[in-house]
Amino acid sequence: MAEEVKLFGRWASPFSRRIEVALKRKGVQFEYIEEDLSNKSPALLKYNPVHKKIPVLVHNGKPVAESLVILEYIDETWKHNPILPTDPYEKALARFWARFIDEKFWAIWPAVKRAILSREKEREEAIEETRQHLKTLESGLKERKFVGGESLGFVELAANVIVWLFAAQEVLGLEILTEEKFPTLHEWSQRFVDDAVFKECAPPRERLIAYYKVLYGASTASK
Amino acid sequence: MADEIILLDFWPSMFGMRVRLALAEKGLKYEYKEEDLRNKSPLLLEMNPVHKKIPVLIHNGKPICESLIIVQYIDEVWHDKSPLLPSDPYQRAQARFWADYVDKKLYELGRKIWSTKGEEQETAKKEFIECLKLLEGELGDKPYFGGEKIGFVDVALVTFSCWFHAYESFGNFSIEAECPKLIAWTKRCMEKESVSSSLEDPHKVHGFVMGMKKKLGIE
Repeated sequence: MAEEVKLFGRWASPFSRRIEVALKRKGVQFEYIEEDLSNKSPALLKYNPVHKKIPVLVHNGKPVAESLVILEYIDETWKHNPILPTDPYEKALARFWARFIDEKFWAIWPAVKRAILSREKEREEAIEETRQHLKTLESGLKERKFVGGESLGFVELAANVIVWLFAAQEVLGLEILTEEKFPTLHEWSQRFVDDAVFKECAPPRERLIAYYKVLYGASTASK
Repeated sequence: MADEIILLDFWPSMFGMRVRLALAEKGLKYEYKEEDLRNKSPLLLEMNPVHKKIPVLIHNGKPICESLIIVQYIDEVWHDKSPLLPSDPYQRAQARFWADYVDKKLYELGRKIWSTKGEEQETAKKEFIECLKLLEGELGDKPYFGGEKIGFVDVALVTFSCWFHAYESFGNFSIEAECPKLIAWTKRCMEKESVSSSLEDPHKVHGFVMGMKKKLGIE
C-alpha cells in the first residue's frame, strides 16, 4: 500500500526540524512543504484550523498537529527504532522532560527577543530573565545522559531548541551561555552538532543567525 | 505485591481532579494527601523539585508529575480496565491534541474571568466561550469525547465544569446559554460515579474563588 506522508514546516523552526529528524530516523519517506507564515497556504489552514501553525504531519490525508503529539504519532505508527521507552515510568519521565524543555524555550525566546530589541534597563532585565530560565533548564537537564545517533530519543528531539538558543545568543551579541556556567547545555549543543542524523536536518547555523539578525533588526541594536 | 499509590493534591485544583478521576475509573485505592500551597510539604518539594506543584502521583515511591502525563501513566500501567486512550495511533493523536488544547487555553482564560474586570474580562469571556464552542464541535453527536465511554479528553475537560459556576458568577454570563451541548455533556459525565466522586461541589469552588479574590484584593 502506498503511503503518503507530508510535512508542513519552516526551515527555521526547531519544532518542524524535530519532526524531520524523527521521520529520517525511522526511514519514512515524506514530502516537505515549506510554509510562509505571513502568507499561510490554504492547505495549512485546512489541516490545522485550530492553531494555524506548523508543523503539521499529514499521513494518508489525515492531519496531526503539535510537535510532541506528532512525535508520539510517528513512534506509534512506525514502530521500529523506537523514540519513546516502553516502560510506562520511563515514558512518563521522557514526556515530562520534553514538555519542560518546550516550556523553558517559550519563556526564554521572548526574553531574548526583548533583550535584542530594547535598551538599557529593560534590556538588562530581559537578559537577567533569560539567564534565570537558562539556569533552570541547565539544572533540569544535568542528570540526563544525551542519547544520540540512531537512538535520538524523545527528550533529545525536544531539546533541539538548545541549538536555537545558542544561535539566539549570537544574535544578541552577548555571551550568556558560558561553558563554565552551563556545562550541560554546552555538552548537549555539541552533541547535536556532532550527531549525524541531527546534522542532516539542521538549518545551516550561519543562515539561521543571519535570518534572526534581520528579523529582529539586531544589526541596529548595538548598545 | 500491593501497589502503593499516593496522590499529592489540592482540593479545588481541576488538574488534581483529573488524576482522582483516572484513579476512580481504574478502581484504584490510593492515599490522598492535601497540600497547603502556601506551606508546601517536604514530600512535595522532594517529589516535584522542578515545578513544586500538585498534582504528583507517587507510585511505589516513584513520582510522576503533570496531570495529563500522570493520567497517561495510569492508563498505561492499569491498561486492562476502562482504557482512556484509544488504541488507534491517529485517534490517540487527536485525543492528545485536544487535551493539549484544553491545557493551553482554559485555565488562563478562566483565571482572567474571575480575576479581572472591564475589557480584559470581556475579552477573556469571549475567548473562553469560543474555546468551549470549538470543543462542542469536536464532541459532535458523540455521548463523550471518547465515543461511547469517557476518554482522555473527557478527563482533561470535565474537571473544569465544577469551576463553571464560579466563572459564570464572577463573569456575569451563562455558559449553558452559549454552549448547551457541552453542559449536557457535563451532566452526562456527572451521572458516572467516578466523575461525581472526583469533582468538587461548584459552590465550594465558588467560595474558594471568593476567598482568593479577597486575598488578592480584587473586587
